[in-house]
Formats: sequence, C-alpha cells, structure tokens
Amino acid sequence: MNYFLSEEQQMIKELSKKIAEEKMKPVREQYDENEEFPWEIVKALADADLCGLYISEKYGGFGGGVLELCLCVEELCKIDGGIALCVAATALGTFPLLLFGTEEQKKKFLPDIASGKKIAAFAVTEANAGSDAAGIQTTARKEGDFYVLNGTKCFITNGGDAEIYVIIAMTNKTKGARGASAFIVEKNTPGFSFGKKENKMGIRASSTRELVFNECKIPKENLISREGQGFIITMKTFDASRPGVAAQALGIAAGALEDAVKYSRERIQFGRPISSFQAVQHMLANMATKVEAARALIYATAKTIDNDPKARATKCSAMSKLFASDVAMEVTTDAVQVYGGYGYMKEYPMEKRMRDAKITQIYEGTNQIQRDEIALALIKESARSK
Amino acid sequence: MNIVVCIKQVPATTEVKINPETNTLVREGVESIVNPFDMYAIEEGLRIKEKVGGTVTVLTMGPPQAETALKEAISLGCDEAVLVSDRAFAGSDTLATAYTLARSIKKIDDFDLIICGKQAIDGDTAQVGPGIAEELNVPCVTYVKKIEKIEENMICVERMMEEGYAVIQLPVPCLITVVKEINEPRLPSLRGMMKAKKVQITVLNAADIAAETNRIGQVGSPTLVSKIFAPPFKEGGEMIVGDVGEQVEELSKKLKETKVI
Repeated sequence: MNYFLSEEQQMIKELSKKIAEEKMKPVREQYDENEEFPWEIVKALADADLCGLYISEKYGGFGGGVLELCLCVEELCKIDGGIALCVAATALGTFPLLLFGTEEQKKKFLPDIASGKKIAAFAVTEANAGSDAAGIQTTARKEGDFYVLNGTKCFITNGGDAEIYVIIAMTNKTKGARGASAFIVEKNTPGFSFGKKENKMGIRASSTRELVFNECKIPKENLISREGQGFIITMKTFDASRPGVAAQALGIAAGALEDAVKYSRERIQFGRPISSFQAVQHMLANMATKVEAARALIYATAKTIDNDPKARATKCSAMSKLFASDVAMEVTTDAVQVYGGYGYMKEYPMEKRMRDAKITQIYEGTNQIQRDEIALALIKESARSK
Repeated sequence: MNIVVCIKQVPATTEVKINPETNTLVREGVESIVNPFDMYAIEEGLRIKEKVGGTVTVLTMGPPQAETALKEAISLGCDEAVLVSDRAFAGSDTLATAYTLARSIKKIDDFDLIICGKQAIDGDTAQVGPGIAEELNVPCVTYVKKIEKIEENMICVERMMEEGYAVIQLPVPCLITVVKEINEPRLPSLRGMMKAKKVQITVLNAADIAAETNRIGQVGSPTLVSKIFAPPFKEGGEMIVGDVGEQVEELSKKLKETKVI
C-alpha cells in the first residue's frame, strides 16, 4: 500500500532496514540469550543519525516527529523487537522534555540524546502503582534550591543503561494524582541507585531495572513544568509515545509475516509447498490484512499528532497501541503455527517474536487501560457534542 | 591530507554475462553497485580525513548513471564527487582508463593521496590503480592492509604478502590500493543521504581534462580481446575412501603413478 511518504521518510525506512539487516540480524540471538544491552547497535544507530529523528534540528535532531520515529522503529523491529527498544524507550523518556521542558532543560539534555551519546528513560511504575498513577509512593520534598527524592520505581525500560531519567514523584500526597510532579534525574546523582535487573520473557536485549532513590538531592531546575503537573505530563507523554509501541508491535508482526510467507513457499509437505494449501493461505491472508490495517492506523495517528503536537491525541494513540499490539500477538502466534515444530524451536526466529510481542499488550498501559481511555474519550466527545 | 578515492560502478553479481559479439560485459538489466573493494578505499579515505583533517574527493569514470555510485560515496561522508564521462571514453581498456583518471586527477590538482580498491570485481585486472600512479609519476603500493603512520610528507603502510607483510614508507603524493583486511566499511548516515540527494556532481569530459584523443577510448586501448568465455566447471574428481591407512596407501600409489613423487 502506498502511504505517500516523503523522500526523507523513505530514506529513514531504507536506512533503518539496512542497519537492522546488517547490524542487528547477526547478533539478535546472542542478545536475546545473554540479556545484554545492545551498545554496539546504539552506536550504529547514532552513526546513522537515527537517534534524534523526532528531536528538532535546533537541538541536533533530524527535525521529524512521531511518524519518523515510527518508521524507524517498525523497520528495526521487523528484525528484532527487543534491541530496537534502546531507541523507542529513549523516545518515551524524551517526550516529557520535548513537550514540557524549558529552553534551558532542552538545551542541556536534548543534544546528547539526539546524537545518541546518551539514552533516556521514563519512570512512573512502582510495585503498587502503574496504571493507577494516584498510588505513587515515591516522594519529592522541596528543600531550598533542591528537591529530595525517596522511593523505588520498578520495571523501568533502559534502567541502569540510560543517563537521563524522567521520574514521576509526589510533591503533595494529599492531592492524589494532581499532587504528582515530573523531575529529570541524571545517572550518578548521589542517592540514586539501581536495584534488581529483571529476567524477562521477551525483549531481553532491553534492560528493565528497579530505580532506587534514597535522599536523592536534585537541583530545583530539574522540575519539569510546575509542581502538580506530573499526571498531565505523563498522559501527554503517553499520547506521543504509544504510537511508538504500536510501531514496535507492527514491526514484530510484519517481520513474522514476511518470514512466514517465505517459509511456506519453501516447506514441502505431501509433495508440494505448504503455501499451496488453502488452510495456510487463509492464515497468511488474515495476517497480512491485520498487519496492513495496523500500519494504516499507526501512520494516520502519527500524522495527526505531528500535525498538531499540542492537541490531545489520547483516543487515536490508544487505538493504535491497542490494535497493533493485539495484531502482533495474533500474527506472531499464527506465524509460529505456519512454521510448525520449527516455529517452536529457538533455532528459528519465530518463537522469539511471539515472546517479544506480548509486552506490547502490557506496557505503557495495558490494553485494558487503552480500552478505558478510548471509551472515556468517546463518552466525553458525545457529551460535548450535544 | 587531501585524498582522491577512485571507484568503479560494477554489476551486483559475480556471474556476469558476456556479449559474444563485442566480447564486453553485458550491463543491461543488472543492478549496479560500487565495486566492493572500492568501499574499503572510501572507508580508509574517510578514516584518514577524520584523523588528520583534509577532504575526500571521490572520482569515477563511467556513463551518466555512474552518478549513483558517487552519491553513495557522498552519503558515507565524502566531500566532493567527480564524474568523468564522455562518449569518447567508450571502449577504454585499463591503460586508457588509467590515463583518463590520471588526467582527471591532474585537473582536480590538489591531492596528497590517491586510494583505489585492489581490483574491480567485474574485470578483476587490478591494473588501473598502478596505471594511474605510473601516469602521474607518483609512487604506488598495492595490497595495503594497514596504514601505520601518516605524516605531513609521508605515509607508512603494511603491504599484504603471501606470507606476512611488508612495511613500506612512501612520500606523498602517492597512490595505494587496499585489500578488504584494511577496515570495515561504514553504513551511510541520514545526513549523508540527504547531502547525497542534493550534491552537485562535477562532470568532466575529454576536453575538460585535455585528453589526447589517441590515448582515450577504443583508440587509446591497445588491449585486444580475442576471445572471452566462461571457464569450464571443474570435474568432481576422485574420492579416496577407507580408513586413514588405506587412504594414505591409495594416495601415495596415485602420486607415484602420476610421477608427482
């Protein structure tokens, strides 16, 4: 299908594909097996100028938006849905700065992210708070020119490897979600340490760690926007970042589909390729239709956001994440089926895709939360229209 | 250090087809790439530039579509691109090509080092690099696998030999041809690709380089290709089977029979 991408967007796709094929493919198994952080790939992406696609040229980026980020993430995830997270999760940690940061904050932090020198992370989730932001226990207490952070964040993507963290902490617990604020914390700040590294089902090349704050003192200039804005910042960050998760899911599904079609033409049973059996053909047809529908929804969402980054895009953003991640789970499951016994074996790249796909239904808000958001938006729209 | 890298656009396959009438390579319908050995030359040029400063100019002789190869070199980080193109160059052999490229480099004028790939994967002659050096009357070292030292007036290189390597110091300006052991070529960058899209390629024709008409193209090419053919595939050979003792006995018997030992 023709999405009428610009010449620059085509280049991003082409270059991302090249890096995925030449740099990621030979090492994807090793990273999945050893759970290492893919620094060599970060370097390759940095050298290719792909780390700052969505950051303005003023701060050393490419000057694109969510669509450019999605195109890159999709191509990378066709080959590996875990390694690509070094870029995608950095975007999640960068959006709060892009959307709400002051000029000084942007100047200080964005150039290193755009050049790929540093990666970023975003931390909301705690043991007892994820989707329910009001339950956040981490606190930030103001002391003169500083804020002092205490508490523990868990399941933080890029945790330990990122240099720049955006942390949501409570500045006023009595106000619930409206008492949350967002702070920038740099690695190596005294009182900031890392806890357990998680051993995961999928996306194993991506690090997921606990962040521990113990009387961690940061300058008051590191507050993003104003006190009490933490919840709004989080919501708007997710509006911008969820298409990225959707693009990750899309890439995983599209890669699975491509390989499944190829394999079905090579695999001979009963004297002919299994692609000649209608049972297999219909599976492939369903997979392809779902993948294309996900792609169309994601690109349209990304364009909508890029066209007016200030407007709330919760509904379409949630829809693309919900739809694409469900598609990824279905398509990778079917792709394993097409591969049969081989699909179940680690020697082939299919079972990994199924493991990697699952997280896209869970993080940045479970798909149940996405449905809540979509429904809420529908009801609000309806109420407003009468 | 100002560097000129000479590259060639070649068919993207090692199974080239030959036109039986003209005895030349059939290029139609075959995807074109930058000669893989030239990618190492480009990479080395860029690395030297990054280390000691200067510029990298990439040069090729070919039809207008060879621009694609030059643009790829620009996307990797080369500064300037020069295409030497003229119908009068058609049918050039390695001598005429070396002459034409040497004239073009004289026209570019400002150079300290010329880098070529060790050979092109289509013709496989490995003659053009040394030919350029001869024509320009500069020293030449082929099969360079490492550059040890770069100073203002000289470079020191390791030349690959069948066993080991030779360390050679040569004054600049000079020419080297490189082997694939020298580096790992980079991938393009997005900024490079954007630059390549907009780059103005300098096009030189026979008049621009003040070429003598009897030294270019078919006229300037003394090479006569009398016949060209695909070599016959090697036959399967004979397998010697059995345990080690039997195999040794059988093999030595055969070697004696054929008077090898």
